[in-house]
Amino acid sequence: MLEIVDIDAGYGGTKVLHGVSIPGSANIVAVLGHNGAGKTTLLRATIGLIRPTRGTVRFDGEDVTHLAPNRRVQRGMAYVAQGQQSFEQLTTLENLQLVADGRRNGRAKIAEMLERFPALAEFATRKAGLLSGGQRQQLAIARALITEPKLLILDEPTEGIQPTIVAEIEQTIIGLAEGGLSVLLVEQHIGFALEAAEHYVVLASGRVAQEGTGGTAAMGSVRAAMAI
Amino acid sequence: MDELLPPLLNGTALGALLLLAALGLTLTFGQMGVINMAHGEFIMAGAFVAYVTQQVIPSSDLSIPLALPLAFVVAGFLGLLLEVTIIQWMYRRPLDTLLATVGVALILQQAALQIFPAQGVPVEKPSWLDGQIDVLGYEWPLRQVFTIVLAAACVAALAAWLKYSSFGRRIRATVQNRDLAETSGVATRSVDRITFFVGSGLAGVAGVAASLIGGTNSQMGVQYIIPAFLVVVAGGIGQIAGTVIAALAVGIAMTFFAYWTSGSLAQVLAFVLVVIFLQIRPQGLFTVRTRGLA
Repeated sequence: MLEIVDIDAGYGGTKVLHGVSIPGSANIVAVLGHNGAGKTTLLRATIGLIRPTRGTVRFDGEDVTHLAPNRRVQRGMAYVAQGQQSFEQLTTLENLQLVADGRRNGRAKIAEMLERFPALAEFATRKAGLLSGGQRQQLAIARALITEPKLLILDEPTEGIQPTIVAEIEQTIIGLAEGGLSVLLVEQHIGFALEAAEHYVVLASGRVAQEGTGGTAAMGSVRAAMAI
Repeated sequence: MDELLPPLLNGTALGALLLLAALGLTLTFGQMGVINMAHGEFIMAGAFVAYVTQQVIPSSDLSIPLALPLAFVVAGFLGLLLEVTIIQWMYRRPLDTLLATVGVALILQQAALQIFPAQGVPVEKPSWLDGQIDVLGYEWPLRQVFTIVLAAACVAALAAWLKYSSFGRRIRATVQNRDLAETSGVATRSVDRITFFVGSGLAGVAGVAASLIGGTNSQMGVQYIIPAFLVVVAGGIGQIAGTVIAALAVGIAMTFFAYWTSGSLAQVLAFVLVVIFLQIRPQGLFTVRTRGLA
């Protein structure tokens, strides 16, 4: 579904990623690495928030390297950014309506999300800025799912969230992946990431330090690569 | 009471005119953060649209209602042209935007001077605005009542559009977090353009109202631009309710000061008060509250 070929990307004159590739064969890919390794930059380049200076991002057979993020969303990519981002001055419901507007089954998708995440139904008229971190993360995932994506890009979805909700979010991600959705996942919780992934990539200083097939068996070599 | 009523009513009408001038800025400045010094010239463009419409349709009873949407469209397209040609390259450079739009304002003033007589042109008010209504013994000119009704209608339409329409949601989302809006499927560049169109179009509507009170000339935008910015800042940037209260407060204060002193001194006193208010409360009347700010 997603194939990244040899991309360089960064901010201004600072290059962060150096020739990073992700094979198109795996449906669930985990990107691992320490803070500052380039994980978020890779996801931002994938969704189009920054333009690679070299290389190609291919999605569903199409070269999307030069498409604006909203065009990539139209084609089936969805991005849940780091930090439980929501439109804080919009209510929970307005956050969902924003992405449902103009979609044929928009109302049904909103109803489906409110059923999947009951906390969002409870606080539907509350401004998103007043929700807890976990609720805002659920809202961010719900917004992404309303677009009926083929690929879900998740940047540390369980970071800073209380353990009970972490388990809920992890179950949601595993359920979606089992349902056939492709996932590109950045996650500090290595055990969960490897368990969910078909393929993993360890980034160090913006380069692929190690990659391989997912599964908890890879834990030892991943920890060793991350200790570099 | 008899002495207080006329300045109160006249001040409310002046406040409504200031509100109309400032309303578009709550979008272009308040929501998008663009310091567009040519906004005053979009007001001027609206006023000239009223004049030109009257030349084509001599009946002012018809021409003024027709001029309102026309002025909205003409000023809106001027704003759109400005956004596409200049402002879109300067979104994170407020000083550059300010200087460039001052230049555009001067060009538009000169263009108006080339097309219309330097001393300005009159706009005839429709017959249905002749006369007064009696308010506790004071004969309140209908022209002033019209300005207030027009301002109220524009405020209600803008507030409803922002609050309830899907496009309003897109504007609010883009303003709050542009990257998140893009990755939620919002085409933020289209949002920028349409927001600028509507904000500038509202200046055109203000121009029609202004033309009925003071006619039109190439310099008329200059007298509105600074008061309009002050009203938006004092109201709390991007807050329509705050802009309404600030505009009415400034209008009423100016009229009372004018009764007690002189017209020019009244303007000075009113804006000294706004500056003092902003020293005490720099965020303006209303602020956005979120969990992070609470």
